[in-house]
Amino acid sequence: MTAGRPGRPASVARRLGRASIIVASILFLCLFLVVPLASVFVEAFRQGAHAFVESIDQPEAMAAIRLTLLVAAITVPLNVVFGIAAAWAMTRFQFRGKALLGALIDLPLSVSPVVTGLLYVLMFGAQGWFGPWLAAHGIKIIFAVPGLVLATIFITLPFVARELIPLMQSQGSEEEEVARVLGASGLQTFFRVTLPNIRWALLYGVLLCNARAMGEFGAVSVVSGHIRGLTTTMPLEVEMRYNEYNYVGAFAIASLLALLALLTLAVKSALEWRYQAAENH
Amino acid sequence: MTLALKRLSRHFPDIAALDDVSLDIAPGEFVALVGPSGSGKTTLLRILAGLDYPDEGSVTQNGQDFLAASARERNVGLVFQHYALFRHLTVRENVAFGLRVRPRRRRPSRDQIRARVDELLKRVQLAELGNRYPSQLSGGQRQRVALARALAVEPDVLLLDEPFGALDAQVRTALRRWLRELHEELELTTVFVTHDQEEALELADRIVVMNKGRIEQVGRPHEVYQDPATPFVCEFIGRTNRIALERRGDTWGAGGWSLPAGAAGGLFRSAVGYVRPEHLSLLVPEGQPAWEAKLRHVYLAGSIAHLDIYVADIDQTLEVDVASEDLARLALTPGVALRVAPTRLVAFPLGDGPAGVPVVGERWIMRRQNTEQS
Repeated sequence: MTAGRPGRPASVARRLGRASIIVASILFLCLFLVVPLASVFVEAFRQGAHAFVESIDQPEAMAAIRLTLLVAAITVPLNVVFGIAAAWAMTRFQFRGKALLGALIDLPLSVSPVVTGLLYVLMFGAQGWFGPWLAAHGIKIIFAVPGLVLATIFITLPFVARELIPLMQSQGSEEEEVARVLGASGLQTFFRVTLPNIRWALLYGVLLCNARAMGEFGAVSVVSGHIRGLTTTMPLEVEMRYNEYNYVGAFAIASLLALLALLTLAVKSALEWRYQAAENH
Repeated sequence: MTLALKRLSRHFPDIAALDDVSLDIAPGEFVALVGPSGSGKTTLLRILAGLDYPDEGSVTQNGQDFLAASARERNVGLVFQHYALFRHLTVRENVAFGLRVRPRRRRPSRDQIRARVDELLKRVQLAELGNRYPSQLSGGQRQRVALARALAVEPDVLLLDEPFGALDAQVRTALRRWLRELHEELELTTVFVTHDQEEALELADRIVVMNKGRIEQVGRPHEVYQDPATPFVCEFIGRTNRIALERRGDTWGAGGWSLPAGAAGGLFRSAVGYVRPEHLSLLVPEGQPAWEAKLRHVYLAGSIAHLDIYVADIDQTLEVDVASEDLARLALTPGVALRVAPTRLVAFPLGDGPAGVPVVGERWIMRRQNTEQS
């Protein structure tokens, strides 16, 4: 909407309206997003960079970082496999219960993460359905790493699938059909035709999934048991430190998480830019 | 290789896409499947491509079961309306795709592939555009890439699904001619689907007119156009005027016009007649049966002109085509009075039921002087 476009005289009222809408949205963003985000970093460095480094360079902080990375490293690849399979099923096949599958994919987004955590406790906890059997075989899920992974997988389930489904729907299956008729096998079709067509959306889904896997609090909090150095991920470590009035320590870890979010945002923007460039060759 | 399609049926939950369809396709033939959307023509093409399977019936290729082979084993070339080019690959890579995915022992060497791609790009007149991406090409260019890609694997049959549907009129006409020439050069068995009857008439050796999953008529273009087998074919192929006919003693007629019936039409009392716009004579001498008509509009369309004439007798507006140069010679200006009669008419008697369903088997063709039974 360029004001100077021919045949479209820009009246003062229109310019004023435009300016006020832009200013309002920027103010809103600053107030609710930029200022709080900045305050995280301000708080983390309140007692200087030395205190910041010291509060991170501790065994339980490093353990929390390692655990968070581990959970993400298990969750994201599984999510990619599931996401592609689900998107393929939703967009390439007609079958009974397709609508149900679509609804199920979205379920984790509509269920409160705390409820998700409780569901896992209910199933795998000491008093849960499978609790006695698991205990008898010496398998520990709740208050242990497997529980954290399971809860995170559940929470992040929709991310890749939801990125892929609309894209694969709009791209249709004609390219894959042509590939098959040209003699490509199923795997060749997938790696040479399908995957290149969805790669940017897939990467985008992976980023979102990764951000959520590292940042998830609610469900993880329920199944974790908060055992320092063993079952605390970064968000849980933040909460525990905060409850212990260790503000600098809490904000130091929080700032790492925030940094991760900013990094994700940057990569995402770069991808979107790249994606559009790829579209307009 | 002869493809024999026998009694194919394909049912989808709400419609029968194919209903007992049989057809033989001869080697080197250029066959058009033409019909409105939902007539089953695309389903038929997809079955030949191996992308869909019939519920009943068989397809054999020189006596061998064609349906048992999967899409990748059939050695067919497929071109879609919207090209379906691999958008992340260059034109060259698109064309080479079918060769590169072959198992190693059947795969040509790099140099052979390069040579083959060069040759194909030259053939489709895109030699300079090999390194472009599909999105950098025009519609006509994209469709030629799709064609080159399909030809690269040296298919036994070429299948085209509405290949010119997404192109503008001028490109479409040029590409049609080009495709026809290519076909004459390669003598490749080609089956193409179109809803555009004009395209089918212009391109095909043989036309298969489909409607509601059934074949209405199979024939050479002029047969289908001149001797339509069913009312549907009359209305779908070419333009036509539909006129209600009634039996009057030993003639068939409508309004002030009639023709001696002879043996035609037997005991039937009413019929529906179809007259092509070019089969109406406008200046019938007094004394011969004709409709009194008035010229309403003249639409000049290049070499021919479309006329709308109103016949008060039968309260109907008829379409007439005349050569543009005849407009002045015959003094055809809007408002002028004309005496009009069909020179050729295809008629189907109507059954006795209340709905008046045309009796297809009882078709006859009337000419001005004589009436022939078919």
